[in-house]
Amino acid sequence: MTVAVALAYLLAAVLFILGLIQLSSPKSARRGNQIAAVGMVIALLATIPLLHFTSGGIVITIVGILIGVPIGAVGARRVKMTAIPQMVALFNGVGGGAAAVVAVSELLLQGSHPAFAIAFPSVFSIVIGSVSFAGSLVAFAKLQALMTGSPITYPGQQIVNGVLALAIVALAAYLIAVSSTAIIFVPLLILGLVLGVAFVLPIGGADMPVVISMLNAFTGLAVAASGFVLGNFALIVAGTLVGASGTLLTKLMSDAMGRSLGNVLFGAFGAVKAGVAGVAGAEGKSVRSGTPEDIATLLAYSRKVIIVPGYGLAVAQGQHAVKELADELEKRGVEVEYAIHPVAGRMPGHMNVLLAEANVPYDQLKEMDQINDEFKSTDVALVVGANDVVNPAARSSPGSPIYGMPILNADEAKNIVFMKRSMRPGFAGIDNELLYDPKTVMLFGDAKDSLMKLVAAVKAA
Amino acid sequence: MSENLLNEFTIFVLAIFIGFEVISKVPTILHTPLMSGTNAIHGIILVGAILIAATARDPLQIALGLVAVILATINVVGGFVVTDRMLEMFKGRPTAKPAEKTPPEKTTG
Repeated sequence: MTVAVALAYLLAAVLFILGLIQLSSPKSARRGNQIAAVGMVIALLATIPLLHFTSGGIVITIVGILIGVPIGAVGARRVKMTAIPQMVALFNGVGGGAAAVVAVSELLLQGSHPAFAIAFPSVFSIVIGSVSFAGSLVAFAKLQALMTGSPITYPGQQIVNGVLALAIVALAAYLIAVSSTAIIFVPLLILGLVLGVAFVLPIGGADMPVVISMLNAFTGLAVAASGFVLGNFALIVAGTLVGASGTLLTKLMSDAMGRSLGNVLFGAFGAVKAGVAGVAGAEGKSVRSGTPEDIATLLAYSRKVIIVPGYGLAVAQGQHAVKELADELEKRGVEVEYAIHPVAGRMPGHMNVLLAEANVPYDQLKEMDQINDEFKSTDVALVVGANDVVNPAARSSPGSPIYGMPILNADEAKNIVFMKRSMRPGFAGIDNELLYDPKTVMLFGDAKDSLMKLVAAVKAA
Repeated sequence: MSENLLNEFTIFVLAIFIGFEVISKVPTILHTPLMSGTNAIHGIILVGAILIAATARDPLQIALGLVAVILATINVVGGFVVTDRMLEMFKGRPTAKPAEKTPPEKTTG
């Protein structure tokens, strides 16, 4: 590696770090991403002097880029904001796949007894990269509703996964210590893919974002390992940055749900209850439902309203309508704030992105810790398409799968208005006793429709 | 351990600490964009993909190189574009148009 290339890689690494730092503040976040992109371009250009193209090599490089650019750009442009989590999963998965393929390709060149310094990171990259690839595809399929989003479990699942993992370790050890041939590392690749699928299948419900974040960190590590294989500093630095920050992000996300990472990954969250809760919950309890006019009057004559948005709002594309309702109420002197649960929507920050799209000012968006004490003095908590994040079972029922998750104290408000499509349970698949609370009024229907009706009714009130 | 490997290992360990340090200051609202942004950064695997694709000789290497370049390009381009799209919305005060697409033509079931 020449000095110029090494310095260019250093510059790229510095830009990645600066980019990540700028991503830490809403004001500079967009520039941060652009700075990182500039770093990427520099790293790619700096690589050119290292290349000794064969005739086939230059063709596949150009063809590959020409195929990949439109797929990535169009996919990213077309995706709806509500589908962002699965798109991130998909982009992450292909990165993991690329890392595994790079390692396989390099290992093929190394003969049957590669040095440990090559063999170990290669094996790591192959296994982790293929786990990330297959796991991300399953996460994508689950979130895109191509398959059931609920956990898929069967007896002895943990044992099967354990055996898979052991088989991988055994094969990897054999490859490193005895012989590295395609007969060994192709099965290793396949076992990695199988483990990726097996690992994500039992995870579902509200836990998917945590898994995607972890797979993102995995891909980072696989990329770093590929960097060791190729002796390339840019890959090592960038991959490791992502591996480390992704691991911490994963921990922050599971903390936000009040659960340990181990519990998220191996707890088969809500598996038993998901199927029956919808039916069982409706029995023997009565629900109060109101007309848009009743609720509009209640809202219009309140002093303070806290809006609790959830995934239902996103699905209905109702973020603009909710902003309009808030504007209408503010015109009448009602104080309006938004309470954003850390895992509202399907990923931390997802709801903020959607509300920002509707031009809701930041200072009205309150994080859970900032606003939880304010519900006591609030006239109406307006829950729009959220459910699990206000479920008091998280506080009171030790048996509940969400027990221990911090929730928004919507139940402390003087009135609670629930806008929901039906009595069906939320993402976690568990019933919500708050729906049956005497202080609660339901407004059934599509969130956007209902909001539009409320806006009209508030104007008339 | 060769000197080169030792250097690589040093960088690796230091990068771990920077990775932790950089992210520990990020507010919750930026977690999704951050995940997406880091996702784009590991698209650096495109450098690795091009390195192996460039020297491909036999059909197997050609196939592997092509697959690696395509996958890595999707990762890097898609990653940065989708992150930019998310962050585009984090404009400060109401500078742009407020909600214009309110007509309920797109009611989902």
